[in-house]
Amino acid sequence: MNKLTVSASPHVRSSDTVTGIMLDVIIALVPSLIASIVLFGFRSLLITAVCVGCCVLFEFLSRKIMKRDCTLRDLSAVVTGMLLAFNMPVSIPLWMCVVGCFFAIVVVKQFFGGIGQNFVNPAIGGRIVMLVSFSSAMTSWTEPLAWLSGVDASTTATPLSELKNYSGEISDTLPSLWDMFLGIRGGCIGEVCAAAILIGGIYLIARRVIKPTIPLCFIGTVAVIMLIAGKGDFEFMAYELLSGGLLLGAIFMATDYATSPITTKGKIIFGIGCGIITSVIRLFANLPEGVSYSIILMNILVPHIEALTKPKPFGTEKEKKTKEEKAS
Amino acid sequence: MAEKKSLGKEFTKGLIRENPVLRLVLGTCPTLAVTTSVTNAIGMGVAATIVLVCSNIVISALRKVIPGKVRIPAYIVIIASFVTIVQMLVKAFVPALNTALGAFLPLIVVNCIILGRAEAFASKNTVLYSAVDGLGMGIGFTAALCLMGTVREILGAGTFLNGIQDLLVLFGDDVLGGWNGFDFTGGLEAVGLQPITLFILPAGGFFVFGILMALANKIAGGKGKPKAELEGCGHCPMAATCAMCKDGGEKSECPENNNENKEAVS
Repeated sequence: MNKLTVSASPHVRSSDTVTGIMLDVIIALVPSLIASIVLFGFRSLLITAVCVGCCVLFEFLSRKIMKRDCTLRDLSAVVTGMLLAFNMPVSIPLWMCVVGCFFAIVVVKQFFGGIGQNFVNPAIGGRIVMLVSFSSAMTSWTEPLAWLSGVDASTTATPLSELKNYSGEISDTLPSLWDMFLGIRGGCIGEVCAAAILIGGIYLIARRVIKPTIPLCFIGTVAVIMLIAGKGDFEFMAYELLSGGLLLGAIFMATDYATSPITTKGKIIFGIGCGIITSVIRLFANLPEGVSYSIILMNILVPHIEALTKPKPFGTEKEKKTKEEKAS
Repeated sequence: MAEKKSLGKEFTKGLIRENPVLRLVLGTCPTLAVTTSVTNAIGMGVAATIVLVCSNIVISALRKVIPGKVRIPAYIVIIASFVTIVQMLVKAFVPALNTALGAFLPLIVVNCIILGRAEAFASKNTVLYSAVDGLGMGIGFTAALCLMGTVREILGAGTFLNGIQDLLVLFGDDVLGGWNGFDFTGGLEAVGLQPITLFILPAGGFFVFGILMALANKIAGGKGKPKAELEGCGHCPMAATCAMCKDGGEKSECPENNNENKEAVS
């Protein structure tokens, strides 16, 4: 009776699979989806369905054409589609969604080798392409809950563009902080309801799909900078945190495994970097929103952050010393 | 250069197999800058082709006169003379093109394709072969620019050959009945579409450039350099100056090269 099993390492395996993790992310996105349907009507469900469908189709076709094995079962294309849809205003023409999905899946993801090889977050890549190409369609916001009263497509400004003119006092035209928290404001379909995003984020952290490091550093940095910029005005800071795509970006997009650092130190640098770039764009640039640009810029820096924060193997000396020894 | 040369081969190699833009990745600056419209692409391509053929002929004719040590300045002087002539002609006969291309017309002087062909081909071959090489490369350059321009103009601006009258001025007023290119924007709007502005911007240029390069590699059956050249120190960019590479590179202590060691460690 031989009770010893002889096998190659690793001997302890985690039961996590890509499919399982992606399923958790999809579950975490469902509250935001429900919130978006309540706020903007069934068209937001239609946009999400079109984006998911296109992403899955493009993933399938590109894998087929490149003669690689099919990766539809890992559900990553579904997550990309949902995230991309959440980054669009409800009035977006559907064909623009198709263009965005094509860039996200084919150009950003499959051209670089598929899941795990993408150099930036595919959903963010797709969003930025759409933002640059169709800037007017991507920034025309529909008033929330207008679909219930039957009023069609009355456009509204986002809180962010109003905050741009902040000079010591919050204007009366802004929705109340409670409305901001519930999502009764203009914006992209998935980013408006802070409550739903936070529920999803807490679910992901509880399931240990993501670590809270990046979201906390990202949001914390923005909070600190906005507090300084608002000269200690907590109300202004709260508006800045709840507006735009900050929560959605920090929780769901900046934490993408393939495009964020592995080590805790790296994650902290990454989160703070995102926060600084977002705040600088919001405060000083012509654009009202900077979350997607900040994440894409930090995504590109990730290999360098990884190189800087490479952990020291146990029992070895510091790397600098060994280099000096080699030189002498 | 040992293989037998034929004029036809020298001409066709520039089209796909050694296409200066898509395969040799030379002259990328004008490629990305002027390909926002097909008209500009044609203008740039033709101007560069003329300079390329003329400078190849002159450099090839003078290849035994020019001392090796000062060859680059000598080539530049020759190329610059032709660029000046071409620029003056463009200014006189197609002034609209001169404004459209702006600084990129005089910048043909420092176009890598022209200096590259002078250095790699014209300085080693006879006048006839150099002229044919220049013509093939020039047509390859123009074709690549037009291809990129077509994709970017149709997708990014919704037009094709827009402003072609600027070039047709060369053949007289109102050629083709004053036809000034296709304009799809009205038709697109009617069905609710609009051009994808990204393609007119530099970022879109890079996307199109990368995809076309991949296609050209596919068509040319390109697997890069043959594998034999990549073994030993052949793949190492430091090979020429590296001290470890002196004994042929095979038995050196170069860590980059010591595959057996690597395998033993891992």
